[in-house]
Amino acid sequence: MAGGRSLISTLATPRREISPGLSLGISTAVTLAILLFWCLITYGGLVDTTFCPPPHQVAKAFWTTLMDGSLLRNAWSSLVVINLGFFLSSIIAIPLGIMMGSFRVVQAALEPVVNFTRYLPVTSMIPLLILWIGIGIEEKIAVIFIGTFFQQLVMFADVSAQVPNELFNAAYTLGAKKRQIVLRVLLPATLPGVIDTLRVTMGWAWTYLVVAELVASSSGLGYMSMQAMRGLHADVIFVAILVIGFLGLVTDEIFKRLKNMLLPWARSR
Amino acid sequence: MGTVTVENLSLHFATGGATPVIALNNLSMTIPDKQFAVIVGPSGCGKSSLLDIIAGLRDPTTGDCRLDGKVIHGPAKERGMVFQNYSLFPWLTVLKNVEFGLSLQGKPQREITERARHYVNAVGLSSFENAYPNQLSGGMKQRVAIARSLANDPEVILMDEPFGALDSQTRVVMQQLLLGIWEKEHKTILFVTHDIDEALYLGEVVYVMSSRPGRIIDTIAVDFAHPRSYELSTEPAFVELKRRIQHNLHAEVHKALSTAA
Ligand SMILES: Nc1ncnc2c1ncn2[C@@H]1O[C@H](COP(=O)(O)OP(=O)(O)OP(=O)(O)O)[C@@H](O)[C@H]1O
Ligand SMILES: [Mg+2]
Repeated sequence: MAGGRSLISTLATPRREISPGLSLGISTAVTLAILLFWCLITYGGLVDTTFCPPPHQVAKAFWTTLMDGSLLRNAWSSLVVINLGFFLSSIIAIPLGIMMGSFRVVQAALEPVVNFTRYLPVTSMIPLLILWIGIGIEEKIAVIFIGTFFQQLVMFADVSAQVPNELFNAAYTLGAKKRQIVLRVLLPATLPGVIDTLRVTMGWAWTYLVVAELVASSSGLGYMSMQAMRGLHADVIFVAILVIGFLGLVTDEIFKRLKNMLLPWARSR
Repeated sequence: MGTVTVENLSLHFATGGATPVIALNNLSMTIPDKQFAVIVGPSGCGKSSLLDIIAGLRDPTTGDCRLDGKVIHGPAKERGMVFQNYSLFPWLTVLKNVEFGLSLQGKPQREITERARHYVNAVGLSSFENAYPNQLSGGMKQRVAIARSLANDPEVILMDEPFGALDSQTRVVMQQLLLGIWEKEHKTILFVTHDIDEALYLGEVVYVMSSRPGRIIDTIAVDFAHPRSYELSTEPAFVELKRRIQHNLHAEVHKALSTAA
């Protein structure tokens, strides 16, 4: 726009910044368009509203489930499970993955097992987990843990392996000893990648959570949807989906801000 | 003290094939304490490998390197290095980057900061003390890298094409800066470059390396008085030396290209 560039040319240039106002406008327009489409097909009678309820009905279901406490109870239950599972997985996978990426001995020890397990869909283990630990919170946490842990391990190992050799060499020629190389170069260098990986894998963890809750559970947003399906309450299913989406959005934003706050030097955009 | 001796150094790379790549072959040289020595040589002749070995980051296949008579084993703070691609720690500010080496030794923080400030000043970056590397230009990053190395008070500074990525104007400024610092601090410097003007402007002695396998094929004493000014490059004596190096290098570059093909 400055320098006489046309708007079209600005928009069509890869990575070129656009004004915050324009950016917000575009985001809003697309969101509204989706809502509009939803209104159109439901109020326009294009779909059966038993299966695809119109916005006001979903809003009403939201209000009802909010008032009778079931929404918050289930959302809370899901949040507890996902955060526990994710936390347990991350707290072990971060140090182990970083070591796996930078120490050949750890790599040799773990790689075969991890790569085998990583390709097993965690869903295939749910029946076994139910047999072993029942359908309580432990089972769901186990599903999230197994689903997340092995993926995280490989991704953290990759982050660690990607740290440029020059950084180690620079530190060595400044007199760093092995321990200092690990604590003062390897660890800080992996931080941005670790946070990015957490952000991505958190999204996957939600998938495992809902699967676990759909299969066997007595609480949670997935369970709430399952119950609603039995009673043909598509509006409640919509509520559950929207709440999951919203919680995902919030989590993602938290990770983004955390990164910008803790690691100003790694600000990507 | 900082006398570097390299004796019959060879470096082979196993390549999976039957014959290894011979990067260095029986290379010997002595760099006396406080000398500014420059190496020029065709691409791929083993200049970086040689610096890596002296830094202790790579082991030679045969032969050895010594610092003041002691055989070099592994990297240590008395042999500092400045890399072509800066290699700053992106999570540390300019000042903290310069403090890094000192802080590894657990000196008192006040002393560390004071010393680091001095060198940040010396490279003209005091107003960028708290900037992160991603906020600096290439020339500024390289100045930080030089300050980081100097602050650590090494006996020898190894510099691998430190100005190779800079534009020619910035390059000249950096050369003058480095020369000014060396004229004050008198460290042993081993400086690798492709640029013959740079070599003659900076060096007290210029070593010309052959194409791979790298050996020293010419040693040129450059005895222009210090402090040197950049006008030097138009003086007949300078031009004469330049022609001599060019002549040697041309033959080697051709050899390098024809064996590579
Ligand atoms: N890891 C390796 N495996 C096999 N060959 C290698 C390896 N590293 C370097 N070489 C070879 O060793 C030779 C010397 O490499 P080196 O990087 O020291 O050259 P250089 O003189 O610094 O080149 P340039 O001026 O381009 O930086 C090159 O011919 C290269 O092909
Ligand atoms: Mg090189």
